[in-house]
Amino acid sequence: MAKKNDWVRIHRNVLEAAERTGKLPDDTKSVPLEMWVKGHLQNESAEIGDEVTVRTRTGRMEHGTLLEVNPSYELNYGEYVPEITEIEDRLRQALFGGNEQ
Amino acid sequence: MIVDRSYQAVTGRMAQIIENAMGVDYKKYESGSIAFDYEGMMNDTGYTLEDIIKIQRTFNVGNTPVFELRNLTALARRCAAPGKGARIFIKDEASNPAGSFKERRACTSVYHAKKLGYKGVIAATSGNYGAAVASQAAMQGLKCLIVQECYDSHGVGQPEIVEKARKCEALGAEVLQLTVGPELFYETLMMLEDTGYFNASLYSAFGVSGVETLGWELGHQFMERYGRHPDVVVCANAGGGNLTGTARGLRKAHCGAKVVAASVDLKGLHMASDSQFNKKSFTTAHTGFGVPYATDPDHSDVPRSAARPLRYMDRYVTVKQGEVFYITEALATLEGMEKGPAGNTSLAAAFALAQEMDEDQIIVAQETEYTGAGKHIQPQLAFARKNGIELLFGDPAEEIAGKNIIFPARPELLKARDSDLDRMRRSLIRRQIRGAGSLCAADYEYLAAETNRSREWVEKTVAELREENA
Repeated sequence: MAKKNDWVRIHRNVLEAAERTGKLPDDTKSVPLEMWVKGHLQNESAEIGDEVTVRTRTGRMEHGTLLEVNPSYELNYGEYVPEITEIEDRLRQALFGGNEQ
Repeated sequence: MIVDRSYQAVTGRMAQIIENAMGVDYKKYESGSIAFDYEGMMNDTGYTLEDIIKIQRTFNVGNTPVFELRNLTALARRCAAPGKGARIFIKDEASNPAGSFKERRACTSVYHAKKLGYKGVIAATSGNYGAAVASQAAMQGLKCLIVQECYDSHGVGQPEIVEKARKCEALGAEVLQLTVGPELFYETLMMLEDTGYFNASLYSAFGVSGVETLGWELGHQFMERYGRHPDVVVCANAGGGNLTGTARGLRKAHCGAKVVAASVDLKGLHMASDSQFNKKSFTTAHTGFGVPYATDPDHSDVPRSAARPLRYMDRYVTVKQGEVFYITEALATLEGMEKGPAGNTSLAAAFALAQEMDEDQIIVAQETEYTGAGKHIQPQLAFARKNGIELLFGDPAEEIAGKNIIFPARPELLKARDSDLDRMRRSLIRRQIRGAGSLCAADYEYLAAETNRSREWVEKTVAELREENA
């Protein structure tokens, strides 16, 4: 459960598929234009999935479905890609010569 | 008062929203026919180059170092004919506060917004520009809202864009994230209307004139250190502001270097396609922006774009995704500099172009960008593999965007491939004369400037295009 002033992330469809502009590829046209934004919860309390209002960092009021409380960043450097080490070896060999050292 | 927020109503109010959000009346530059007063618009910012340099120094922007890449030069010479292989240099734009040249564009816009009394700035960008605006807004004491195209319809974000959102938030900005689609501009217009903030458009005269300092610095840095100007300056090209501003600055420094545009070749991928969005490993500096913006600069978020790259480019080359990743790794492993991949687009091209030039000549890749989780060769390649893209060694000429990424099996396979500039110039003219009646002398002069061609060439091209349509 989230309570007032918790830092949360919400989601809302800005345009439904039928409302989208004409100059789009079919795959994009067949899905809604979705939006995510973070802010401090304005409702006294809310559960994930509830319709809520938040105050964003610029002070705007935004509404949408509550997705996450205390949203975190999950980006990282990804899985190891062996080709990168291979590029490194090939480049060093091309410039400095063999691997005998 | 209830405001109609439907797509049609909001985009219908665009001219008024933009005028309110920038304090610029674009109508005053229109001639009534196809010509418009580009130089008049650029001069009307109220800031001279000297003013902009002073503002940028105040807010810690610019004056970035230039480094000679001796090992990459040596490698290029091994691939080149005897006597060939120009000295390769890079301008380390990553050392701007938010990590890219984009801060030059942001600095003047934010300064101007504050001077006009706006309480905040808004920018529609998925790129480094967001962090640049956020950084300058933080430094200059304005609020900042960044609108990003970030996710596909499954909610999967491009790692590079997710990282930029994190950085914007770290610098105090609000980040509004959207799924794929050009309606990003509709959302941005609503935000401008709701907040009354300044539109820190990438394409305003304030933004593009901010990049002039980059070209100006290059001219002066080389004169001071080497007693001569560079022969070729390579600029990554997407929306065209980087090349336009740099070229204008080079001219102001009386530097006659050839200006080469470089974009990552993403031919075959549709930029507004939901299903193809995460099939690409570069979210900027690619042909999906570079070609349409060069041939139709005014389809941006301002009525008249200050970024008009065909006026300034001497050549337009493309490189493949595998080649830019390869040169990014080369910059790390041979030069000890770890930088973001997209910022190395011009370096990949410079490595190939240096091999056409004499050993005593100088070629400059005019930017680097910061790197970090998401915005780095490792997560980008891991993400590509996860999305079914094959990673191969071979001849990058055979790379197919969205299907594979081919790293050069040997360094000499990295090539800069020329695009047909005259074809792009014809395309620009075709768009501009569409629906226009007979052209006056000013229109012909304008098109000659727009295409960097003679008036005779323009007259001949217009006649041919009209013949085709007759």
